[in-house]
Amino acid sequence: MDSDDESLLEALLAGEHRALARVISKIENRAPGYRDLVSELYAHTGDADVIGITGSPGAGKSTLVDKLAEEYRDRGETVGIIAIDPSSPFTGGAVLGDRIRMASTVGDMDVFVRSMSARGTLGGLSTATADAVKAMDAFGKDKIIIETVGAGQNEIDIVRTADTVAVLVPPGSGDDIQTLKAGILEIADVFVVNKADRDGADRTVQELREMVHLGEESGPGGGGHHGVGAMGGGGDDWGATDDGDDEDESWTPPIVETVATKGTGVERFIDELANHRTYLVDSGTRAEKVRQRYAEEIRTLLREDVHSLLETELADSGGVDELAEAVRQGETDPYSIASDVLAPVEACVEHLETGVEHLETGVDGSSVE
Amino acid sequence: MSSEQEAESIRCLVAKVGLDGHDRGAHVIARAFRDAGFEVIYSGLHKAPEEIVQAAVQEDVDVLGISILSGAHDTLVPKIMDGLEEYGAKEDTLVLAGGVIPEEDRPGLEEAGVSAIFGPGTSIEETIEFVRENAPQR
Repeated sequence: MDSDDESLLEALLAGEHRALARVISKIENRAPGYRDLVSELYAHTGDADVIGITGSPGAGKSTLVDKLAEEYRDRGETVGIIAIDPSSPFTGGAVLGDRIRMASTVGDMDVFVRSMSARGTLGGLSTATADAVKAMDAFGKDKIIIETVGAGQNEIDIVRTADTVAVLVPPGSGDDIQTLKAGILEIADVFVVNKADRDGADRTVQELREMVHLGEESGPGGGGHHGVGAMGGGGDDWGATDDGDDEDESWTPPIVETVATKGTGVERFIDELANHRTYLVDSGTRAEKVRQRYAEEIRTLLREDVHSLLETELADSGGVDELAEAVRQGETDPYSIASDVLAPVEACVEHLETGVEHLETGVDGSSVE
Repeated sequence: MSSEQEAESIRCLVAKVGLDGHDRGAHVIARAFRDAGFEVIYSGLHKAPEEIVQAAVQEDVDVLGISILSGAHDTLVPKIMDGLEEYGAKEDTLVLAGGVIPEEDRPGLEEAGVSAIFGPGTSIEETIEFVRENAPQR
């Protein structure tokens, strides 16, 4: 790390907001040296509660986040908010508009709002977001809220960077079949029916309740199958349901009704977020969740690195445009090109694999002793 | 689009400050900046100078474009500049002003630290070109 970055890190740890802003920019820009910087941050993290908030466009996420931040501030806690908006696939440009709705805490620097755009890269947003969370955590924010539109897999990955995920469901968002579909509803630790003063809110709550109830009964032996287990470590849960005391350990996502514009229901929402946090700690699920998250971070990082290696490889072989043109002319096909480009990489990786295997047998051996 | 290409992006805050309630121009600029590949954060209407400063610092923007039609630029813009200075953000933020700003007020704003003033009739291309050429290298 060069001396500039060192003083930047120092300033961040000392609580200078501009330094935090700068570090996040470096992370977003993949500026030289940003990795060393983030590596250093890890030692100072782990104290913040990370909350993910997602839902369809217009569900009222930003307004609710604003009220949430206000309530946390009233309770004397500092807040960091990362608001994610999509970027144009054509120009890379973006209008980041969530900030407009966060007016309750204006003039209070202890609510730090940062807008981020997807910037197009494969997996890049999840890494950048996770790293920005690290920066806010190291800075000392008590609560970190990640807000994003739940439109695609990428966004789901991002909110899963959080300890607790709240999914906003606006009233009248489709019939009960919608609640059976796979996707963002599955990742919810807490459901929020925002705009609860509108027509159809009761029905939406009812449909969600049925869905949650259905989920409870569907596991073998009637054991609960929600929350963390349902995402990645699901296999363990299925086996564990036999022994009966899994019942106490499972989490049933509560359904909270809010009217964010008036602040109605926000306290109850905060209570449920806190309950989930308590559940995570008491059940020991938190450790597992954190482990899963780091595993995902490692994977994403590797994927991103390999991706950029391949981009270089592509550029060396004349750039992707020329290859695409060759396919258009009928001279070759994408599959052949992919294996050609990958061949040398594959050769290298094979060589590497023996090294990793060595490590594994080493670990196995020592555990036998 | 290669992964290198989108790594760095010009970040702009398009700000409406003060009492004027007309932001069509700000919307047009925000949209044009977006189409030019910039990341645009729009402040919304009726913002106080402190709010603009807070947003500019937290978002770490390269460019701050202030749109004013109300005639209050002489009081509001210097307040924003002072705020930026307080956070050490004045020297490396490109500040632009747009809207209805009389000729005789321009020197004062420039002295306060505004790099360029785009009055009515300025072409969008000109503005974008200016931003591309003058956005601070950090």
